[in-house]
Amino acid sequence: MSDTVAARSGTLARLGASLIGLVFNLAERPMALAQRVLGPRRLPWVFLTPNLVVFGIFTFLPIAIDVYYSLTGGAQLLPADRPFVGAQNFRELFECESYLDPTSCRRDLFWFGIYNTAEFVVLQVGLMVVFSLMTALVLNRKILGRGFFRAVFFYPVLLSPVVVALIWKWILQRQGLLNAALDGAGLSTVNWLLDAHWAFGWTVFVSIWAHMGFYTLILLAGLQAIPRDVYEAAEMDSAGPWRVFRRITLPLLGPNLAVVVVLALIRAVQIFDEVYVLTGGGPGSATTFMVQYIFQTAFTQQVRQYGLAAAASLLLAGVLFGLTLLQLRAMRSKDR
Amino acid sequence: MKRLLAMLTARRGRGQLHWTDWASYLHLFLGLLVMFGPVLWLVLSSFKSEAGLIEFPPRLLPYEQARASVDGYPQPLPLFRITAGDFKGRELAEVRRIGLQAQMVDPASPGDILRVPTQDRERVMRLRFALENYADLAGKFSFGTYLWNSVFITAMATLITLLINSMAAFALSKYRFSGRDAIFVTILATLMIPPTIILVPNFFIASTLGLVNSPWGVIWPGVATPTGVFLLRQYMLTIPDELIDAARMDNASEWRIYWRIVLPLSAPALAVLAIFSVMWRWNEFLWPMIVLNKSETFTLQLALNSFQGELTTSWNYLLAMTVLTLLPVTAIFALLQRYITQGIASAGVK
Repeated sequence: MSDTVAARSGTLARLGASLIGLVFNLAERPMALAQRVLGPRRLPWVFLTPNLVVFGIFTFLPIAIDVYYSLTGGAQLLPADRPFVGAQNFRELFECESYLDPTSCRRDLFWFGIYNTAEFVVLQVGLMVVFSLMTALVLNRKILGRGFFRAVFFYPVLLSPVVVALIWKWILQRQGLLNAALDGAGLSTVNWLLDAHWAFGWTVFVSIWAHMGFYTLILLAGLQAIPRDVYEAAEMDSAGPWRVFRRITLPLLGPNLAVVVVLALIRAVQIFDEVYVLTGGGPGSATTFMVQYIFQTAFTQQVRQYGLAAAASLLLAGVLFGLTLLQLRAMRSKDR
Repeated sequence: MKRLLAMLTARRGRGQLHWTDWASYLHLFLGLLVMFGPVLWLVLSSFKSEAGLIEFPPRLLPYEQARASVDGYPQPLPLFRITAGDFKGRELAEVRRIGLQAQMVDPASPGDILRVPTQDRERVMRLRFALENYADLAGKFSFGTYLWNSVFITAMATLITLLINSMAAFALSKYRFSGRDAIFVTILATLMIPPTIILVPNFFIASTLGLVNSPWGVIWPGVATPTGVFLLRQYMLTIPDELIDAARMDNASEWRIYWRIVLPLSAPALAVLAIFSVMWRWNEFLWPMIVLNKSETFTLQLALNSFQGELTTSWNYLLAMTVLTLLPVTAIFALLQRYITQGIASAGVK
């Protein structure tokens, strides 16, 4: 039985390979022609073309169109039909009586999004880096089943955001596992996702749960790159563990830590998927973040305000641009 | 805090377990519970019947009230064990319930109706895996369509990703031409333009190209990836140029050199990129949600999201579908864990 399955999948693999071979063979003639016509100097551009065309259409052109959308109004998707309004969209986003009070703003949801995102980023990145570092330090010790535990911490990273959200929604629902445990312990149950503070807390927790394995792995690689003899020398000097951590581990891990912090920041600012499925941004606007504001403004409301969404996108892009520059700097200092 | 850090940095004393080792294992087992417990709970729950799911407090395993077919009754009747009174110790089936009294029959002698106060009985529970949660998916929810959409998008996108990024990487690693470094930097610079900030214009472009509600609308925007180009270029740089020069001596065309020599030698890097691409595509959510609006074009992730948003969510089917969605990723992880973790540790990509 399994033999036939193996044989069949073998045939299938061969079939697939010969199909791919056929495609490459078919490309042979036009490519040979291109080589003859263009000469060896210009041939690399032929190899680059498909990639650059996709980047051009779906990455660089959109930036330009984004700017155009942000300067035009109306609900039309076609740029030619959109009236030019100048900086009106930006003015509208920033129209506030007091920037400290989102409810006083014309686009209050935008400001709720900003405040929520800021709070989320600080909490999530801070806690996640601490947890990842603790876990990496533990996994770096000589322990039984190290590979197994590393896999356990990493596994959620691969799960889709929708699956992550549903796993936790099922646990946090009113009659879910967590409330059952609280009930069993004689405590009162909570409607976790319908209480603004708890819901926000759970979005932080769930996103840490889903992503910390990734950062743990990077930090673990950094820890393993620290030479053993440094620790042996410290042991000779009978330095205490706290001292070893402060004076050896932390400084030598510093560059990796910087990369982890910046990567985590970039991702946290763009938080959307798992939160959207878990809470839908609610209750109220308690867990509505920047990307969700852009998504809703452009795609889910009756009147599709592409201009406002594009303006908000560009503001987000500015933040991400700054963070990416930080990332490049952190990576360069890591490589040095 | 000091003690905590001591626990985390100290290493094991010779011979016996230091207390810091115990603390480490505590951390790991708590981690096991928190990281893996929820997934296990999802899988166990997905085998529960609808009645089993609304039970509070929930049981760990999918128990369900036993039922017995009794002569003279069309439906199987729920079984109870009698805990007090005249019939104590017997297992009876409930015919109907009137207030605090239940009319019950002995399945062995279905003729006599016995009256039992409801407080004198408890349900007979039996372990049963509700496989119908899975079996029903095919017919009820056009699950097959969603599965096919997801598989098609994942497979096509991954093939194209491998092809065009390896072509670009080949040009950037094996040729010297003016503008090469500028192009490489430009490609890397696209890291600064994550998809979340170009949603609106990309939707316009997709609709102009007629890609809305088409799987290709999901596939195309993501196939050129800076991560892929970077990964492959770095790997191809390690392939010795002598091999290529030798092939040129034999009059091989440049295209032939690319796909007969450089591609096979880059297999490890291609494998890493393929794994990442499969993960990205299988799990993708926000962009597909924008570009796919008709339910017959939904991917599994979109289908899951739209079912969970319905007012009357059938959790038994939703959970089964969630398990099926995480299955391929789990299988890939189990088989290729080494490559994935090494790829991340070395390139820092996800």
